[in-house]
Amino acid sequence: MIPELGHYALVLAFALALAQSSVPLIGVRNGDAALMDVARSAALAQFVCVAAAFAALTTSYVTSDFSVENVAENSHSAMPLIYKFTSVWGNHEGSMLLWVLILALFGALLALFGRNIPSTLRASVLAVQSWIATAFYLFILLTSNPFARLVRPPIEGRDLNPILQDLGLAIHPPLLYLGFVGFSMSFSFAVAALLIGRIDAAWARWVRPWTLAAWIFLTLGIAMGSYWAYYELGWGGWWFWDPVENASLMPWLAGTAFLHSALVMEKREALKVWTILLAILTFSLSLIGTFLVRSGVLTSVHAFATDPTRGVFILAILVLFIGGSLALFAWRAPMLKQGGLFAPISREGALVFNNLFLTTACATVFVGTLYPLALEALTGAKISVGAPFFNLTFWPLIVPVLLAVPFGPLLAWKRGDLVAAAQRLIGAAVLAVIAIIITFLMRGQPVLAPLGIGLAVFVIAGALTDIAERTGLFRTSPGNALRRAVGLPRSAWGAAFAHMGLGLMLIGVIGESQWNTERIVAMKVGDMLALGGYELSFDGAEQRDGPNYRELVTTFTVSRDGRVIGTMAPAKRTFAHREMSTTEAALKARGLSQIYLSLGDISADGSVAVRAYYKPLVLLIWFGALVMAMGGALSLSDRRLRIGAPRPARSKAKAALAPAE
Amino acid sequence: MRNASRMRLCWPLVWVAAFIAMAAPALAVQPDEMLRDPRLEQRARAISQELRCMVCQNQSIDDSDAPLAKDLRLLVRERLKAGDSDPQIIDYMVARYGEFVLLKPRLSWQTVVLWLTPAIVLLAGGLGLLIVLRRRRALAATAAPPPLTPDEERKLAELAKAENP
Repeated sequence: MIPELGHYALVLAFALALAQSSVPLIGVRNGDAALMDVARSAALAQFVCVAAAFAALTTSYVTSDFSVENVAENSHSAMPLIYKFTSVWGNHEGSMLLWVLILALFGALLALFGRNIPSTLRASVLAVQSWIATAFYLFILLTSNPFARLVRPPIEGRDLNPILQDLGLAIHPPLLYLGFVGFSMSFSFAVAALLIGRIDAAWARWVRPWTLAAWIFLTLGIAMGSYWAYYELGWGGWWFWDPVENASLMPWLAGTAFLHSALVMEKREALKVWTILLAILTFSLSLIGTFLVRSGVLTSVHAFATDPTRGVFILAILVLFIGGSLALFAWRAPMLKQGGLFAPISREGALVFNNLFLTTACATVFVGTLYPLALEALTGAKISVGAPFFNLTFWPLIVPVLLAVPFGPLLAWKRGDLVAAAQRLIGAAVLAVIAIIITFLMRGQPVLAPLGIGLAVFVIAGALTDIAERTGLFRTSPGNALRRAVGLPRSAWGAAFAHMGLGLMLIGVIGESQWNTERIVAMKVGDMLALGGYELSFDGAEQRDGPNYRELVTTFTVSRDGRVIGTMAPAKRTFAHREMSTTEAALKARGLSQIYLSLGDISADGSVAVRAYYKPLVLLIWFGALVMAMGGALSLSDRRLRIGAPRPARSKAKAALAPAE
Repeated sequence: MRNASRMRLCWPLVWVAAFIAMAAPALAVQPDEMLRDPRLEQRARAISQELRCMVCQNQSIDDSDAPLAKDLRLLVRERLKAGDSDPQIIDYMVARYGEFVLLKPRLSWQTVVLWLTPAIVLLAGGLGLLIVLRRRRALAATAAPPPLTPDEERKLAELAKAENP
């Protein structure tokens, strides 16, 4: 009964989406406020319906209702309760349901909190949002129904893929989807603006909180996924340039570029056309990411061709939305009035520089990811494009951006003074050189590492320089500077934090990739292993039973200079229902560094293959991402964004008082 | 059964955007495979990272747990012991398994677009930007108001002083 109710609710949501797609636009055309208002109520009702459908599927999982095919395929009655919840989205059908749930959530939030947005724009945005929703409801209902019943239900489910039985699954996909789908708001705003034919600084201000929110979630989602892969896969890598990873990186790069160009539009009304294009591209890349992951095209072109229903459906959605929006863009964008002019050396110029390199990096990842597919489809030739290619092409495009980051905020709008900015960055540059010399003396080879650390220090110190300059830290009394720091717009703090996070992450990346120590050895109980200044002794191993697996747990004592500092217990789990095993790596943080242990095969003579790493500064990779997201959150809490468009008289006086940004 | 489970691990479990799903959760390089000479072993690892495990999705033979990857790792080490140079080993692998085995494709007419993409996009973007900027400034220059007279400039400076004491 409950699955049928869920199915029904989903169909209802589809019907509501159809109404929301069309009625408000008629209202906008005829200037009928009542029809425009349909968008708001429909958006709220749609969210209630999808939430009900989602709750129904969750209920089926929690009660282990194996008459539902989806549950039978992906769950097991012995699975811990938390994984019964998370396995709702640990499969194709359920994850698509989560996708539309989040889409409906964003629509409902706009309906609730978008009061400051003019009703025509709001109605159009919600209508466009609903076009996307309609397409995806149709996709779920026609090709991926999560509520399908089995005629002969099995007694027991087939269990969830063991790799997914982890807390990572609870957090990673929802965060990632909040990011992916969040960019649909920027897309809908862009398309709505093109439809209405009017776009200005206020538009940029209205769209900014939504983009920022999506960007924060995507940042956290990618970082979380990277950490999950790092500890779950057992070989200590944190980024593999896998197509599925690239699928999430591309919208992030485009979204980051979009955030920066929207800034120019908000402050100076320039770059309108480009900003709109970026908004469309960012969400298009999210859709392509969904397509890449969902259609099976990544496995091989042939797998896609043998079972093409889903793939072709998503491909149709892609063509419709990306093609449609780009056509609309080509038609309407030339009509947009251009805004302020600027010299190449200016804040705008710096942001354009950022955009140029970020979009090139994005294009590189895009071509690299899709090239093998395209080549095989066109010529039949099979090639591989993997990590070595991306490392070689991606980093040269990112280093110039990193070098430019400290300059951007120090340049004035319209016409900046590069020499003056450089003078103010002398302190940061000196710190960077000191960092290079110290790391070189301490670590020596490889030469690239000290230079990278220097660059990271430059980025961090540069971000701090910006704050110091704005507060007049070295020019006025400390009390005065503190007062100014409190009065500084939160968005300024946000930018500084986001840029610092970038620097911190770079330090982590260099530490992990350049100074990593690895030992692969076969160990027996009682054996010792020296690793990066620590000694690990293999104390013992025992078999244990988990709820739906058996595991071999080993214990290691970690000591340094003869002093015991703790134990580590890497394990190997075997899941009978899926005939699979996973390694449960053990991690021990030492400051910002980590000791990483994972187990391999057990030989006939009773020795266990152990892979041990000492990863210096590795935690900074994810800590840096957290700081970046925190910067985004600070910026999101900026008063300017919360109240949306300023009422002219009052806020103009405010703007005059606030320091120039 | 062991084999079957490995195949299942190796073939992609098409799943949500979690990029976890396709990796084999076990050790790749086994202790007994490693060469005695650390310099040779280091070279073997570096070469292994450039070579694809052909039955896996986007994994190098250094990372993969598949039986084929193990065979290839042993093959690389055999060639190293026989005294081959790194390019010779790469050539040998390509001759046996085709270009598909390389994770970093060589420059050829088939991959020229791939390799040139970053440069082309960057140049085209920069050039396009330059043209747009030039044109807009030329346009603005023709429509620009006449420059301030010295008298006006002095007044402006006074006003600015009054605003920012």
